[in-house]
Amino acid sequence: MPQLLGDRRLSDLQWHRRMDGAAAGNHRSRTNGKTLTDKYFMKHMTRKATRHISQNEGLIFEKSSPGKAAWKLPPLDVPEVDTSKLLGKQERKDLGTMPEVSEIEIIRHFTRLSTWNYAIDLGMFPLGSCTMKYNPRVNEFVSRVEGLANGHPYQPEKISQGALHILKTLSDCLIEITGMDAITLQPAAGAHGELTGLLMVRAYHHSKGHPRKKILIPDSAHGTNPATAAMVGYAVENLKSNESGMVDVAALAAQMNEDVAALMVTNPNTLGVFEHDIHEIAEIMHAKGGLLYMDGANMNALVGKARPGDFGVDVMHLNLHKTFSTPHGGGGPGSGPVAVKRILEPFLPKPVVVSKADGTLGFDYNRPQSVGRVRAFYGNFGMFVRALAYIFANGPDGLRQTTEDAVLNANYIRKGLEGTYDLPYSTRSMHEVVFSDKVQAKKGVRTMDIAKRLIDYGFHPYTTAFPLIVSGAMMIEPTESEPKEELDLFIEAMKSIAAEVEEDPQFVLDSPHNTRISRLDEVAAARKPVLRWKPEA
Amino acid sequence: MSYPTDRKYTKEHEWISSDGKVGITTHAQDSLGDIVFVELPKVGTELTAGKTFGTVESVKAVSDLYAPASGTVTEVNGELATSPENVNKDAHAAWMVKIAVKDPAELNVLLSAADYEKFVSEEAGH
Amino acid sequence: MRYLPKSPTDREAMLKAIGVKSIDDLFSPIPEKYRLDRDLAVPRQMAESEIVDWFKQRAKENGDGLTSFLGAGAYSHYRPVVIDALVQRGEFLTSYTPYQAEYAQGTLQAIFEFQTMVAELTGMDLANASMYDGSTGAAEAVMMAVRITGKHHAVIARTLHPEYREVIETYATHQGIPLTTIAYRDSGRIDLGALEAAVGEYTACVLIQSPNFFGTIEDVEAVAEIAHKRGALLIVSIAEAVSLGIVEPPRAADIVAMEAQSFGVPLGFGGPYCGVMATKEKFVRQMPGRLAGQTTDKNGKRGFVLTLATREQHIRREKATSNICTNQALVALMVNIFMTIYGKVGLRELAKQNLAKTAYAAAQFGRHANVLFSVAPRFNEFVVETTEEPHAINSRLLGHKIVGGLPLKKFYPELGNAALWCCTELTTRSMIDTAVGLVADSERSVDVKEAEPAEALR
Repeated sequence: MPQLLGDRRLSDLQWHRRMDGAAAGNHRSRTNGKTLTDKYFMKHMTRKATRHISQNEGLIFEKSSPGKAAWKLPPLDVPEVDTSKLLGKQERKDLGTMPEVSEIEIIRHFTRLSTWNYAIDLGMFPLGSCTMKYNPRVNEFVSRVEGLANGHPYQPEKISQGALHILKTLSDCLIEITGMDAITLQPAAGAHGELTGLLMVRAYHHSKGHPRKKILIPDSAHGTNPATAAMVGYAVENLKSNESGMVDVAALAAQMNEDVAALMVTNPNTLGVFEHDIHEIAEIMHAKGGLLYMDGANMNALVGKARPGDFGVDVMHLNLHKTFSTPHGGGGPGSGPVAVKRILEPFLPKPVVVSKADGTLGFDYNRPQSVGRVRAFYGNFGMFVRALAYIFANGPDGLRQTTEDAVLNANYIRKGLEGTYDLPYSTRSMHEVVFSDKVQAKKGVRTMDIAKRLIDYGFHPYTTAFPLIVSGAMMIEPTESEPKEELDLFIEAMKSIAAEVEEDPQFVLDSPHNTRISRLDEVAAARKPVLRWKPEA
Repeated sequence: MSYPTDRKYTKEHEWISSDGKVGITTHAQDSLGDIVFVELPKVGTELTAGKTFGTVESVKAVSDLYAPASGTVTEVNGELATSPENVNKDAHAAWMVKIAVKDPAELNVLLSAADYEKFVSEEAGH
Repeated sequence: MRYLPKSPTDREAMLKAIGVKSIDDLFSPIPEKYRLDRDLAVPRQMAESEIVDWFKQRAKENGDGLTSFLGAGAYSHYRPVVIDALVQRGEFLTSYTPYQAEYAQGTLQAIFEFQTMVAELTGMDLANASMYDGSTGAAEAVMMAVRITGKHHAVIARTLHPEYREVIETYATHQGIPLTTIAYRDSGRIDLGALEAAVGEYTACVLIQSPNFFGTIEDVEAVAEIAHKRGALLIVSIAEAVSLGIVEPPRAADIVAMEAQSFGVPLGFGGPYCGVMATKEKFVRQMPGRLAGQTTDKNGKRGFVLTLATREQHIRREKATSNICTNQALVALMVNIFMTIYGKVGLRELAKQNLAKTAYAAAQFGRHANVLFSVAPRFNEFVVETTEEPHAINSRLLGHKIVGGLPLKKFYPELGNAALWCCTELTTRSMIDTAVGLVADSERSVDVKEAEPAEALR
């Protein structure tokens, strides 16, 4: 059972009392005789970050008072209406606790909140499998061009040619990049793409007379894979990884039969390892009529260097918010196009973009074998604009160099930290590397603790406790966006933390020390959920 | 760690008392950490030995509860809905459901306190 | 390549440190025959100025300076400039899902405020951090109702957005959820008699939209009574969030699935938008999507964390409430800022203007054409039936730089030459008068033309 956060509140509390004293400058720390001030700026301390004033800010509701306003409507140019006459009992009289604040307060409120976040714009964000790369500003600029930002999804095709042209150009680029034959841009996110892909798998098998019963999923897979399979009505069968962290081809051959609809594989997988036998895997699937689904979460290791379509993949989704630089924005929006081989094309969600006889582009809704719609309208269009701008900014040479740099960076980190942290699989890394906390766990320090301490060093943590096949996983994906200097600082920070674990594990367990708040009581949050603000009674 | 001898144990870390009360062991709550939610069946639900009948949740993990024996749920410990921490405080007192055991012979195959303790220490050795 | 922060010397030094000769060595795990030995056939690398030009060209092809009367699930409201100024701050734009709470308090507190305002506006106890959009949110709500009730039948109003219905069909197909669609009456509202007949003991939920696809406000309480009587939940979908400023929220509902695009999100050809789900407290553990909760740190300081995560796919895998992983955080932030700007008084005034413009437009159209469903109250959309085919009318309107209402035949063949028109606070009286004038002209000319040959044929 994963034990991520132990109950350390009591010891933490005591520790903080001491810290308060130390901050006043007249106490000594509890261990090895150093003052706490020494601890903060100690020999291991980083060159990347220092402390800085952080503005306090309450909830917006706490600033509200009647009569303040940040809005102004133009004078009404039509007759006023009697709302109670028009709406009767359907009229709403009161908007309850909605805030009333001025514009400057709103600007300060959200600006202050923003400074409490870490971001790619501040530095390396090494979350494994998340591909936190630079989000180019020209993407933001072009997505806001009048005519793209304010186009209505139902405006006539005649005056939507620009938008259709963008859909078509991006589709063509992504088809070329993946080596597939056709694509839908409709899914709103990666998991939504998985759903779309598996719906197509199911429709394909159904068209052959038998939808089949289950999906094979390696034990290293992301949680969305099994969750998606369940949503499409498939049973999930786990596939064990071999000692190299790859799909066990012999086990796959043994488990594959006519009841299996597809294998969902991530390649490179969540260990950052390229599935060397991918083509053999595809052949095993195809021999029994199954399909090979590829989760494209890790496509940043492949763009311009290898194409899933060439190595046997039948259907895959991409994450525009990972590989193609659209912003994560604190958790979304994403975009999860699904690319397929010819055999799956009839099942694409509708509508699809087509070139018409008169040379214009249009939507084709007449798709009798389509799985249907997975989202209203055409998908997250604003993300298509951004992804296409990214492809334009790179070109074929830039895309290839990007992939090479991403792989170079991951391997540089691996080299830098090997020996300091345990490397559970020594198989060659592509764009990310997975270490484990095995060495540090002996001192009672786990991956989450090291991650929290990394915050004090001015870095965002890596991905913790995933993939599940590695106990205490530390999954690091630097992306191509990091200069050598930032990577060196990261390696230095990680080594420094490893040294701290040896000297004073409790200090690491109590981290972060430099954030505006310390570790939060997640247990209380889950036992008695407070999910909204309420005025004091 | 000594386990009460007035009940039987499963390898899935549940206990069942002679009057049909079912809970999880101290060892189970310890490895789960702070329990934040317990999901239990309604009175009248038929449980099958070895099958799941509910879940216990910590902040970041969910564990299934497995029925130690087949039978009908006659009572549910409603306190756990608002105070799941009771399981952490005293797992052997914080029963979850009470069942009318269909076939008492099923209990014979379960572990005694001593056997369970041995099982736990062996498991930890791996 | 201008995004890549390395000199050739850096790369050389790094390769040397790793202990390989060339970058190709790092790609050796990929079998040689699958390594691409050519350039991708994508457009060449462009300068920033060229990229901007290219997209500006595309924008021009989309038509310039048009006046639009389109709504139907995507609404043109004014977006205060403060929204883009704030959401473009890198700390919001380029941050990740706030799993590391200490380093993401800004995003977490913003989500908590968003949840609070959405719950308040929808009349529910609580709301999640957002869903992909209104259509998928509605589908997720149906699945949630199935989980809560343990029943497997959903009853859906035909006046739910047709594309939302299509999405629900797609989702429901493989989950063994049969769907029954309920017709609307001449009032534009759901047929309560048919609803009563369709809801059985086996029904998990009734799903309606209000204001519905025709802009008509449903009698939510009457629908709730029918649903609840049989132990089914009521889900209310809201596509036009601004309506909540003046229309009583569906307090009798069990789940509200809303599209919040109207609150400061660009039309952007249909996305990204912001789905929202709100519900009663007792159903929270069956709700999909992320939730931010309030708690304290070890010094007793207030802070926020993602909570009840055990519902989600990364823990529960195939037993999760949904496979949903991302939310629409940045778009939800736009919505959040919009709600904050208009607030308690502004939202009502804004909604009132929408109501007034629409009442005026519907009255004006009514003088020359048939405005359907005028018995029940409406918000900011109305259906106009014309003699002439609406596509033909729209072609002529386009000549005057006006995008007319959405022809409904595709979704509702029985409505014939009807179109769905929408007015917001941005629709001016002169725009309305011009459009009405052009429609009136076409109606008159059709009347004249049709009168003669029609007679001759008989």
